[in-house]
Amino acid sequence: MVTEPVSSRVWIRYNRRERWTRWSIMLLVCAVLVWAVRDVDIFWPWVWDAPVQIHSLGERMWPPDLRRLEEIVTAMVETVHIATLATFLTIFLALPISWISAQNTTPNRACLWLGRFILVASRSVNTIIWALLFVAIFGPGVLAGILAITFRSIGFVGKLMGEAIEEIDRKPVEAMEATGASRASVVLYAIVPQVMPAFFAVIILRWDINIRESTVLGLVGAGGIGVILQGAIDTFAWPTVATILCAIVLLVLAGEAVTSVLRRRVL
Amino acid sequence: MTPNSAVRQWRKPHFIASPWLRWGLILGVAAYLSWALATLPFDWERISQGIPRAARIFGGGFPPSFERYELLFSGFKESFQIALLATLLGVLLSIPFAVMAARNIAPRPIYLLGRAVIIVSRSFHPVIVAILFVKAVGFGPLAGILTLTLYSIGFVGKLLAEEIEEIDWGQVEAMRAVGASYLSTLIYAVFPQILPRQIGLSMYQLDSNLRASAVVGIVGAGGIGGTLMNAFGRYDYDFAFAILLVIIAVILVSEGVSGWVRRRVW
Amino acid sequence: MPGPAVSLLLVWMLLLSIGLQGIAMLEITQLVKRYGRNDPVLKGLDLTVEGNSVVSIVGASGAGKSTLLRCINRLIEPSSGSIKLNGDELSNLHGQALRQARRRIGMVFQGFNLIDRLTVMENVLAGRLGYVSFLQAWRRRFPQQDIERAFELMERVGIAQYANKRADELSGGERQRVGVVRALMQEPDILLADEPTASLDPVTSEQIMKLMHSLAHELSLPVLINIHNVAQARTYTERIVGLRHGHMIFDGSPAQFDKAALEEIYGGIEAPDETTASATAEEHHG
Repeated sequence: MVTEPVSSRVWIRYNRRERWTRWSIMLLVCAVLVWAVRDVDIFWPWVWDAPVQIHSLGERMWPPDLRRLEEIVTAMVETVHIATLATFLTIFLALPISWISAQNTTPNRACLWLGRFILVASRSVNTIIWALLFVAIFGPGVLAGILAITFRSIGFVGKLMGEAIEEIDRKPVEAMEATGASRASVVLYAIVPQVMPAFFAVIILRWDINIRESTVLGLVGAGGIGVILQGAIDTFAWPTVATILCAIVLLVLAGEAVTSVLRRRVL
Repeated sequence: MTPNSAVRQWRKPHFIASPWLRWGLILGVAAYLSWALATLPFDWERISQGIPRAARIFGGGFPPSFERYELLFSGFKESFQIALLATLLGVLLSIPFAVMAARNIAPRPIYLLGRAVIIVSRSFHPVIVAILFVKAVGFGPLAGILTLTLYSIGFVGKLLAEEIEEIDWGQVEAMRAVGASYLSTLIYAVFPQILPRQIGLSMYQLDSNLRASAVVGIVGAGGIGGTLMNAFGRYDYDFAFAILLVIIAVILVSEGVSGWVRRRVW
Repeated sequence: MPGPAVSLLLVWMLLLSIGLQGIAMLEITQLVKRYGRNDPVLKGLDLTVEGNSVVSIVGASGAGKSTLLRCINRLIEPSSGSIKLNGDELSNLHGQALRQARRRIGMVFQGFNLIDRLTVMENVLAGRLGYVSFLQAWRRRFPQQDIERAFELMERVGIAQYANKRADELSGGERQRVGVVRALMQEPDILLADEPTASLDPVTSEQIMKLMHSLAHELSLPVLINIHNVAQARTYTERIVGLRHGHMIFDGSPAQFDKAALEEIYGGIEAPDETTASATAEEHHG
């Protein structure tokens, strides 16, 4: 049974080279960590004081103040409106962009790069930064919020839809082209049916994300629950802040419940 | 064949078969849109000034000015440090929370506690958490690190818990059968199975924290966001656009790197 | 470096030393297992296994074979009854005591249940997890005698050359050999095998049965094997136990296991071809 004698009875999990690699990676991580900790502008006494401070903030929030509930509910509805309208707008703007930024449907290279640039720019700039920009342009209010969410969603939806278009089965497209169909008919008959499920999935997912995002728009003045939250924080009305936070958790959970129902019904 | 029969017709069946549901949906959407648009407070007078304002902002923004590159550099360095420390802390802490929140290996009360922590930390946008931390521990990167640590625990913890719930149970059973303790079972039968996912998620989270660290600064939690907010506030649009361009570049690079690492983990 | 003769001698001595720990005895009395409010899967089973006998448990899917084995090492909690290994009651143990009892019971699984992403050696050493501390397990610092035992057993079954390969790179037969070695690393008093060959092709499955049979005699280890293949049960085991609907309805030597017994065990449920009885997978908790 002994095919080849085992030279030594020693067994170590990693051989010399693997051990060296592991140690150097660990050393590198530690070095970066030490640099970051020493260099970052942290006032250490605040760190040791942090648990006490957080605890005292929590104490000041208790019990939640329900007196401004009506106002909060109205702002919540506004938040949902912002998310929904922005998602709705996104559909119309993102689909053409995903179409030109997918390699197999783009009319020409210039369009491809234009589409990709729009997607990258949209995704790289955070919703809050978009909101900052639109508040500067259109003034504080829901319009800035809707536009901010829309501009951020275009990149997300456009990228995922573009990938879905690139991953379609080529055969139906070839079959349609073989019948001599026009470009538009090919898209309508061979591509649209294939990307339909992906489209619904992406839109539902983005709506869920948009609900979360629209809760913070108000912090830069772009409407929704964030406006009241910012006001309450500025006036140190911590019990009201607690109510708003609870309301946000409920809203997000409700949004998740709705999207999971939608996913089951539609997909 | 049968010359007298009526002309045969075919129409594409509708996407939604029932006409009631179809028209109901269309009506519903229309009603919702009109309701939402009617109740939302739009300040049309202010909005109508938008175009000239946009022209002024973009006019002032071009060409972007890199004159104050030192400020730019120190802002990004801080953002990077925040993202790095928060990712390390968050990923390490997410492991115990993921174990707590996995139904198959945690006892019932612990499971509920773990789930609750993850749900709450995922419900709040990092900016809201950042405001609270800024109020609790003061302005600066500490608030940013705490915020993004919590954010990482929520995200990585949730996905890791789901991964643990889907492991091959036979390996756990085998470790129980040899009489291994709970911790030994974890490190032999559970962790090897979730390791690739864990590395992928950590890289993704580093990328994601770098993005988020750019915005938590807007509410005073350190990093490049604060610099950007100041530039906007002082109408330094050329500097603001320079910051935006660098943010886009940094995010593209970090996305590339994190994607490359994730592809290499088999 | 010792020559092959010396190492063979060492293996023999090792195997002898394991064998000299005394004759093991497993006594099961009135074992009942009931899932929820359903009809019990095991209905008051009595079984005694002594010495170095290889016992095969046959029965149709759902007869309670898998449940019986898993009740012995308590991967499944028995509803009532008593299980004694060398006189020690197992059915009421908890925590540390249960883990120490499990160290004495090796188990080989149908799906091998190896840790795919770890090396073969780590999988084999995992058999010692009941003996080493958590810190040792974490740092992979196992005692030197464990490593030597691992190499010897791996040489015995012919997988020593794979020590540093990942477990998922091996073929099915090799993986089951790792599974067997892992169980033997526990220095068990008894070995349980739950359909050890059901996921293997016919040739490999014969090899594994032959291996388990000869190991049982070399180590004087009682072995309980759940098996679907009646032909293999006859060839490689000394005693056949037949289960039907949670009752033991046959207990005897392969010579006594005739057509009538086969009919009684499988009759009306399924009709296995006597020579190549189906090797289909039975569900784990069936």
